[in-house]
Amino acid sequence: MTAPAIVATDISRTYELDGVSVPALRGVSLTIEPTDYVAIVGTSGSGKSTLMHLLGGLDRPSGGTLLIGGRDVAGLGPAEMAKLRNETIGFVFQSFHLLARTTARDNVALPLVYRGVGRRERRARAAEMLERVGLAHRLDHRPNQMSGGEQQRVAIARALVTEPAVLLADEPTGNLDSATGQSVLALLESLNDDGVAVVLVTHDRDVAARARRRIVMKDGAIVPLAGEDA
Amino acid sequence: MRLAEAWRVAIDALRANRLRSVLTMLGVVIGVAAVVALVGIGTGTKGQIEQQVEGLGSNLLLVVPGRLEAGSAPAASTMDLDDVEAVARVVGDRDRVAATIASGETVRAGSRSAFASMQGVLENTPDVFVRKLDRGTYLSRTDVTTGRRVAVLGAGTATTLFGDRDPIGRQITIGGVRFRVIGTFERLGQSLGVDRDSEVHVPVTAAQRLLGTDRIDGLAIRAPDRERIGQLSTAVVKVLTDRHPDTDFSAVTQEQILGVLGDILGVLTGVLAAIAGISLLVGGVGVSNIMLVSVRERTKEIGLRKAVGARPRDIGVQFLLEAVLLTTIGGVLGMALGVTAALLVDRFSPVPAAVTWWSLALAFGVSAVVGIIFGVVPAQRAGRLDPVVALRTE
Repeated sequence: MTAPAIVATDISRTYELDGVSVPALRGVSLTIEPTDYVAIVGTSGSGKSTLMHLLGGLDRPSGGTLLIGGRDVAGLGPAEMAKLRNETIGFVFQSFHLLARTTARDNVALPLVYRGVGRRERRARAAEMLERVGLAHRLDHRPNQMSGGEQQRVAIARALVTEPAVLLADEPTGNLDSATGQSVLALLESLNDDGVAVVLVTHDRDVAARARRRIVMKDGAIVPLAGEDA
Repeated sequence: MRLAEAWRVAIDALRANRLRSVLTMLGVVIGVAAVVALVGIGTGTKGQIEQQVEGLGSNLLLVVPGRLEAGSAPAASTMDLDDVEAVARVVGDRDRVAATIASGETVRAGSRSAFASMQGVLENTPDVFVRKLDRGTYLSRTDVTTGRRVAVLGAGTATTLFGDRDPIGRQITIGGVRFRVIGTFERLGQSLGVDRDSEVHVPVTAAQRLLGTDRIDGLAIRAPDRERIGQLSTAVVKVLTDRHPDTDFSAVTQEQILGVLGDILGVLTGVLAAIAGISLLVGGVGVSNIMLVSVRERTKEIGLRKAVGARPRDIGVQFLLEAVLLTTIGGVLGMALGVTAALLVDRFSPVPAAVTWWSLALAFGVSAVVGIIFGVVPAQRAGRLDPVVALRTE
C-alpha cells in the first residue's frame, strides 16, 4: 500500500475582505489515494474552488493540516510551494491557460523549464506526452491553430509531463462541446487507469457521475453522501 | 530556471510587442545619445580652449595691477616703462619682459576702415607670446625707442583693409594718426570668443603718444623654466609694490588661467551631462511604466507559470531581464546615435566635440543600471503575485 497523495485534516480557509473574515472552507477532511478518481461537485460559492487551490498547493489553509506528497504545507514558503507543485501536481484548467504564440511542444515543456531540465530532453519528453494524448501531429502548432479539444489535450499533456502524483482538473470540459468533452474525460480516465490520481472539480452532474468517488461541497463543507448512490 | 531560458523568454516577450518595445527603447536611446553627444561637446570645447591658452606660450607670467578676484573691477594702471626696466632687472633678461598698452581704435586705409585692438608693445612681443609673422618684419628696438609710427597688422585687419593686396609699405591711420605697415601676422582664429586676428601692433611709445599717456596696462614675463615661475612671480610683485606702495599687483601663470578655465568648463560639462541624465531618467521611468503594464497584461501567464512550478524569483528574473534588455539595447543604439551626433557637430559646426570612452562607458552603464532600478519594482510585483488571484484574472 503506497502512501496517500494528499491528506487534508480538518482544513479551513478564511479570507479577509475589508477587515471582515469570510470563511470559504470550514473543517474539510479528505484523503486522495494514488489511484483515486474523485469528482468534487458543488454550486458556485460552495468552496470547491478554494478546496482545489488548497489541494493543488496554490494556497495554504488557515487552519488544519494539509499534506501534499507527504509534506506539510504549513511550513513552506512560496518558492518551496512552487517546487512542490512542480513535482507533485498537474493542473488542467477550464480555459486551458496555454501560452499564446508558443507551440504545443513548448507549452507542454514549460513545467520542465522550472525543473531545470535541459532543452533537448524537454523537447523529447514534451513530444512523447503529446503523442500520448493523441497530438503527435500537432507538435509545432500554436494554440490559435488548434481546436478547443486539442488545446485541452495540450494542457493535459503539460500537466502530465512532470509525472505528477495528482492531476487536478478544474472544469476541464466547461469550454468544450459535449462530444469533445466526452473524449477529454475518456483521456483522463485512461490516465487514471495508468496510475495517476485524478481530482476533477465540476458542477456538471454527468461529468461527476463518471468519477469513481464523489465529494459534494456546500457552504464550505463536505456534504455527507447519505442519500446518494455512493 | 536556467538563465539562458530566462533570456529566451525575455526576448520572446519583447518581440511579441515589437512597436511597444521600440517606443520604450526610444526613451533610453535619446537619453543615452544626449549624454554621449553633450559630454562630447563639453569635452571638445574644453580641449580646444585649453589648447588655445597653451598656445599663448608656456611658462608665461602675466602681471596686472589690482587683485585678480571674481567681482573686482579692473584697476587703473599706474605702471610705466620704468617699471618694465625694473622688472627686467629682476628677471635678468630684458627680452623676456613684454609690456602692453591696449586700446580699441578705428584703423583706416584709403576708403576702408576696421575696428581693431591697438596694442602698444615692445619689440620682444613675438618671442614672449609666440606670434608668427606672415609677411614683412616686426617692430625693431629702434622703432620702440624712437616711437616710430610703424604697424604690424593682424591677419583679419589686414584682409579687411587691403583685401588681397600686399599691405607692406602702405599707409594706414590709427585714431587719425598715420602709420606705415611693415608686417602682418599669421592667422590665429578665435580664442574664448575673441577674434585674435583683429589686432594692430605698434611701438609702445607711439601708442602712448597717441593716447596721451605714459602708462602701460600690464606686463608679461616668459620664465626661463617652469620651476622658477613661482619665485619670479613673488619677486616681480615685490619690486612693483616697492615702487607703487598704494597699488596691488597680481601675477597669474598660464597654469592658473588653465585651472580656472578648466573648472568652469568642467562645471559646464557636468551641467550638460546632468541635463542629458534627466532625459535618461525619464527614459527609465518609461521603461518602468511599460513593464508595469506588461506585468498586468500577463498576469494570467504569470499565474500559469507559477502553477506549473515557477518560483517568485524565476518570474522576477524574467521581468527584470526584459527591462534590462530594453535599456541595454536602447543604450547601445543611443551610444551609436550619440557618437554620430557628436561627429556631425564636430565636422559641420564651429562647436568642437570629442567623444570620450568614459562617457560611452558611463552612458551604457547608467542605462543598464536604469534598467535594473526601474525593472525591479515591476519584477517584484510580478514575482509576488498570488497564483490563485493571477489565474483567476481574465
